[in-house]
Amino acid sequence: MVAQMIEGWNLVIGIEIHAQVNSKSKLFSSSPTDFGSKPNSQVSLIDAAMPGMLPVINKFCIEQAVKSGIGLNAKINKKSIFDRKNYFYQDLPQGYQISQYKDPIVGEGFVEIETENGQKKIGVERLHLEQDAGKSLHDQDPNFTFVDLNRSGIALMEIVSKPDMNSPEEAVEYVRKVRSILRYLGTCDGNMEQGSLRADVNISVNKPGNELGTRCEIKNLNSFKFIHAAIVYEAKRQIKLIEQGECVNQETRLFNTQFGETRSMRSKEDAHDYRYFPDPDLLPLILDDDWIKDLQDSIPELPDQIKERFINEYSLSSYDANIIVSDKATSEYFEDVVKNRNPKLVTTWVTGELFSILNRKNLIIEDSPITSKRLGELVDNIENGKISNRQAKEVLEEMCESGKGALEIIDEKGLSQISDENEIESLVDNVLNSNPENVKKYKNGKDKLFGFFVGEAMKLSKGKANPKIVNDLIKKKLSQ
Amino acid sequence: MKDSYTLKSLAVLLENNKISSKELTSEYLKNIENGKELNCYNTISQEKALIDAEKSDERRKSQNLRSKYDGIPIGIKDLFCTKGVTTTASSKILSNFVPNYESTVTQNCDDAGLISLGKLNCDEFAMGSTNKTSFFGSVKNPWKSVNSDNELVPGGSSGGSAAAVSGDLCVASLGTDTGGSIRQPASFTGTVGLKPSYGRVSRWGIVAFASSLDQAGPITKTVEDAAILLDIISGHDEKDSTSSVNPKENYYQNLNSDIKGMKIGIPKEFRSDKLPASTQKSWDECANLLKTNGAEIVDISLPHTMSALPAYYIIAPAEASSNLARYDGVRYGLRVKGNDLIDMYEKTRSEGFGDEVKRRILIGTYVLSSGYYDAYYIKAQKIRSLIKSDYVEAFKKVDAILTPSTPSTAFEIANEPSDPVQNYLNDIFTVPVNLAGLPGISIPFANDENNLPIGLQLITNSFEEQKLLNVARNIEETINYSETPEKWWLK
Repeated sequence: MVAQMIEGWNLVIGIEIHAQVNSKSKLFSSSPTDFGSKPNSQVSLIDAAMPGMLPVINKFCIEQAVKSGIGLNAKINKKSIFDRKNYFYQDLPQGYQISQYKDPIVGEGFVEIETENGQKKIGVERLHLEQDAGKSLHDQDPNFTFVDLNRSGIALMEIVSKPDMNSPEEAVEYVRKVRSILRYLGTCDGNMEQGSLRADVNISVNKPGNELGTRCEIKNLNSFKFIHAAIVYEAKRQIKLIEQGECVNQETRLFNTQFGETRSMRSKEDAHDYRYFPDPDLLPLILDDDWIKDLQDSIPELPDQIKERFINEYSLSSYDANIIVSDKATSEYFEDVVKNRNPKLVTTWVTGELFSILNRKNLIIEDSPITSKRLGELVDNIENGKISNRQAKEVLEEMCESGKGALEIIDEKGLSQISDENEIESLVDNVLNSNPENVKKYKNGKDKLFGFFVGEAMKLSKGKANPKIVNDLIKKKLSQ
Repeated sequence: MKDSYTLKSLAVLLENNKISSKELTSEYLKNIENGKELNCYNTISQEKALIDAEKSDERRKSQNLRSKYDGIPIGIKDLFCTKGVTTTASSKILSNFVPNYESTVTQNCDDAGLISLGKLNCDEFAMGSTNKTSFFGSVKNPWKSVNSDNELVPGGSSGGSAAAVSGDLCVASLGTDTGGSIRQPASFTGTVGLKPSYGRVSRWGIVAFASSLDQAGPITKTVEDAAILLDIISGHDEKDSTSSVNPKENYYQNLNSDIKGMKIGIPKEFRSDKLPASTQKSWDECANLLKTNGAEIVDISLPHTMSALPAYYIIAPAEASSNLARYDGVRYGLRVKGNDLIDMYEKTRSEGFGDEVKRRILIGTYVLSSGYYDAYYIKAQKIRSLIKSDYVEAFKKVDAILTPSTPSTAFEIANEPSDPVQNYLNDIFTVPVNLAGLPGISIPFANDENNLPIGLQLITNSFEEQKLLNVARNIEETINYSETPEKWWLK
């Protein structure tokens, strides 16, 4: 769809992801970082930039950044420098943000994403650490802006990609993949609604063969849907401008989620001169080889590796494996269920029925009303023939509503499937004997009546008869 | 009041119950009251000081002393944040600021039982060398020329700290030194001023001027007292990332004036025709004295000395422009209402900062701007490295370096040059020491023809404060400088 709309045009997309470091305290102070706390309840003297206060690096945040770098297959810089990015704003207490400019903690790396045309490598330019600013509240008072400094000083990782993406889908896949890696590592909770992960998207369009177009940056996108929509809108806008013979201005734009369009925030001319310089309150950060090695050894299995393992171990399709490993909790859930069970059946039940329930209820898998253990029990009952697939769906719904286990529901509802051949044979005989006219018609060539006999037999069993056995027996009897 | 009061002598008087902390504190508070004309104090902690003194006397009675110096009152530069006591940096923008926290250095003093008499006047945000940039007006030097009744500058930026010690408005004080702000006023007031190695003393809780250069230190009557106060204030502080983990020494206990076999360097680049004859004479005499006492005098070269001042006046303002950005009227300090945020910023900062501070913020903003950064800031940093390596080379050959502290003695308040660059030259001998991160001390050596104190500066390698104090003590012992200003303000 998108491809058609922009046919004949080349999209070039680069993304900066701001990922909040999963840390109990801030980057340069010991204040807590809990989301949703009372305004200004998590603010130290340092976060409020009181006179004479000095930053002290939080080692844990450094560790998280290095782990993330390793997860992004990136070079870890043994020496990095914290710089001051100077600008005035009410929610920036120091009058500068401590960030990393020329010497980031993590250098070049890459991530691999799935595209329509197979795997694609997206380059990572760098990852650096920086402080978050506070929050301005403009709607609390008609005359004043209120400032909440709870977020002031929280550690962010800014992950800058190379301009390697060429469609909104690739862009979304890239952000998904980075988010997934960080979540596997536990270095960022990836909660986009709470703003723990947000993306600035740089986008330009050009005709294939022509030089690159002028890029615009769309700031602060906090959902995959918005990333996609913003890129589509922005690409169309830029193409339209060029086709009308106008120029694309280099500028920063904001995506209005209500109207689904991007609007100019500031042009290149209004861009700040941030007057970066090394923060004299902090010494250069020097990392020790052994320390990096220890972190490398502590890195858990990451999605790409797990995917490969799932394909080999459980014979999953690349497609299914991808869906399952994209989220750490999902892959853990899957592995819990699949142990000693039929992988194909488990995959169907996890990615099919369970996902549709979660989607419908708008739940993440961590909050699934059905635990992996319970889903396993359900799958067992399908596998041993106690219930049919159709019945299992009913049971799953009931499990979800009542919180009861599969067996309990099967017993309660008397759903247990009849698989006893003798019992089914007497049912079938009963049906055939009661309908001699139809048996005759069938034998004279009215094949469609087969379904009628099956239906009658099932009805007679109150739906509990094993449909396969019913089918087989009717076929056998009618051909006698 | 006896002029012979020192930290050392007061500790003995207190120990022998010759005087109580309360009596002593009252005496100094009286001196402060009588010396108001000197304008040394921005805030006098009359009530709190007396309460603290009583507590100290109780500790003494119950033999529960925090240190030998428990109960001795001192003065604190108004740049150290002090809990519950107004801390202004001598600026209008902080004139209403009362911290709810205590700087590490002043906390260390409190932990030793020292009592704060109040907050000492200084140049605004420690920017200046005459104390004239203070929002609260000039400090007056206790010294006057024998040839004139005109008031003299005490030097700066720790002008209040130096004048108060010199005029007996406290026995010792805390200052800060970014380019000479302890040593230059010490030189102008006949006191001892020590700037420790960068990282020796915590910067936590001190209003920042230029973070890579700022260092707190003592201003005292004697070298011994400087050692005593350095013992109290120095040491590693995990709240300051630039604080050194080098173990601190027991400077006073290890003070030893034996300099036999030491090599003392005389840098040729510090020589100048413009140096007053009396200063040159003191410098030469001091070198001879050290030689007599067993040291070897060595001519050395510090080739990049002349580039120090220009480099300093790029680096210090650059850092200051960023450090002072937090004074924006949003959270504390002065706020002047505006039509919108930008307007509020402009009005607050226009009204809140004085001219010299504004000048340095503008210079600093300029040298960090894109397009100028490489030409100014980076170049200045390169010069700074060269200056550092000058000293590294020099200290391969010598133990200490001897120079004048200032290119002149104290001058008249009314005669301050109108050209700021002319004023910046006051720091020409002290600035390289800050750029190189070294310890330096100014000690009074003699008085000039106008009976104004001449200070000489000693410099040693980083963290060689002990050696620095030892050489200084040797000179002190030998010359026994005992000049004191005539207390004209009492008449």
